[in-house]
Amino acid sequence: MEAILKSALPILILVVEALVLLVVALLHVAYTTYAERKVIGHMQQRIGPNRVGPRGLLQPIADVLKLLTKEDIVPLGADRSLFYLAPLISLVAGATSLSVIPVWDKFVLANVNVGLLVILALSSLSSYGVILSGWASNSRYAFLGGLRASAQVISYEVAMALSLVGVMLMAGSMNLAEIVRAQTATPFKIYAIPQIVGFFVFMVSAIAETNRVPFDLPEAETELVAGYFVEYSGIRFGLFYLAEYFGMVVMSAVAVTCFLGGWAGPFEVPGIPFFWFLVKLYALLFFYIWVRATLPRYRYDQLMGLGWKILIPLSLANILVTGLLKLWV
Amino acid sequence: MEKVLFGYLCIAMLGSALLAVFSRNAVKAVLWVLVMFLHQAVLFLTLQAEFLAVVQIIVYAGAVLVLFLFVVYMINLREEVRLPNFVSSYPWAFIAAFGLLVLSVAGLSGYRTARAAGVLTPEALLRYGHARILGEHLFREHFLAFEVAGVLLLVAVLGAVVLVRRIREGAI
Repeated sequence: MEAILKSALPILILVVEALVLLVVALLHVAYTTYAERKVIGHMQQRIGPNRVGPRGLLQPIADVLKLLTKEDIVPLGADRSLFYLAPLISLVAGATSLSVIPVWDKFVLANVNVGLLVILALSSLSSYGVILSGWASNSRYAFLGGLRASAQVISYEVAMALSLVGVMLMAGSMNLAEIVRAQTATPFKIYAIPQIVGFFVFMVSAIAETNRVPFDLPEAETELVAGYFVEYSGIRFGLFYLAEYFGMVVMSAVAVTCFLGGWAGPFEVPGIPFFWFLVKLYALLFFYIWVRATLPRYRYDQLMGLGWKILIPLSLANILVTGLLKLWV
Repeated sequence: MEKVLFGYLCIAMLGSALLAVFSRNAVKAVLWVLVMFLHQAVLFLTLQAEFLAVVQIIVYAGAVLVLFLFVVYMINLREEVRLPNFVSSYPWAFIAAFGLLVLSVAGLSGYRTARAAGVLTPEALLRYGHARILGEHLFREHFLAFEVAGVLLLVAVLGAVVLVRRIREGAI
């Protein structure tokens, strides 16, 4: 009996850790939507949600309850199995990336040697959700949205992967915890300064990867109604919504680990070892929201031009320069 | 435990590959291939080849298959065309397949596990990780082959761009 307990204990701890991470991440996702509405509200001289709970703080919970109780409609011409599968793929691919991100020195769910590549792999898988939902809905709007999304995600994935190569070169590792440790050993403490070009390319392509303004062409509501998820309702729509914000949180967390020094900060905060990680994460999430409130949507050819003609050459040049510096300095 | 996992992976890979071949719906066929690729990645993981597993997903599942899907997407799938399953010369195909089967069984009967050769020993892999050893070999010993492959791919990309570009009247 005791032997079984002993062998099951590590698995049990892992499960508990995973659950804690998931719940915390879900809370973050829920309150990111709240923060977004509040911040954009204030930027547009409005108040934002303020009815549910004090200062509208219970608004995300009310939203979730509303989505859960709404009717779940499947269009008649839709391919049922894929229609059901698509939002799950989006969400799972986004959420799984969290497992390789080191929140602090001693808390990383899966300390994988090729952690950075795992994140890239999962973000490339998440495009399936968008593409499949567009196809399975059997609707023209959704179809066009899916088509745009696949072209966009493929293009910007290249730029994103290339922008991270500079970080891999500087750190000499693809393990995310190692990357953070390598950063704190450099004179600047963060890679955002020597890798400023990579950081810029990463942030731009991260916004494009998560299909957000100004790159939200797959769901451009003024022309495509809502793009790929136009036929979804109730909780299935909620899953897509969740996946988008999960993507935001994950991309911000990757940027924090790869460019902003992860959990390391100017001084130790007693009791909360992941304090600096969260501060940086919130700053980047605010940046996302800020961008949404500020910039208008790109035109489709501008989007593709930006990706292929500016970001990819920039990140290739960045790799070259980083490699040369690494060789001679 | 490992044997069970290996057995499951084999059956799943064979099954999904067969489903991909026999699936009448092109999008679903692509998805079955995706399922197969994911299982293949897990198979690499059981061999401790993390790098290979991740690259398998990034390159094949994330790029190649998405492009396939992109093409298949354009086909209107509601109209299904049914053609006779076999062309008239199918007995020859069966004979050829049977011959290949016999040959592969004959080949497998003399099978021996390979010894670890060169520096790619399991100990070195565990110590330095796949990515580092692979990179060093690729960029030191196989540098020429690597560069040649790169140039070939570049030529293919340029060719594709030239083919799809519309030549405007008057402009050369």
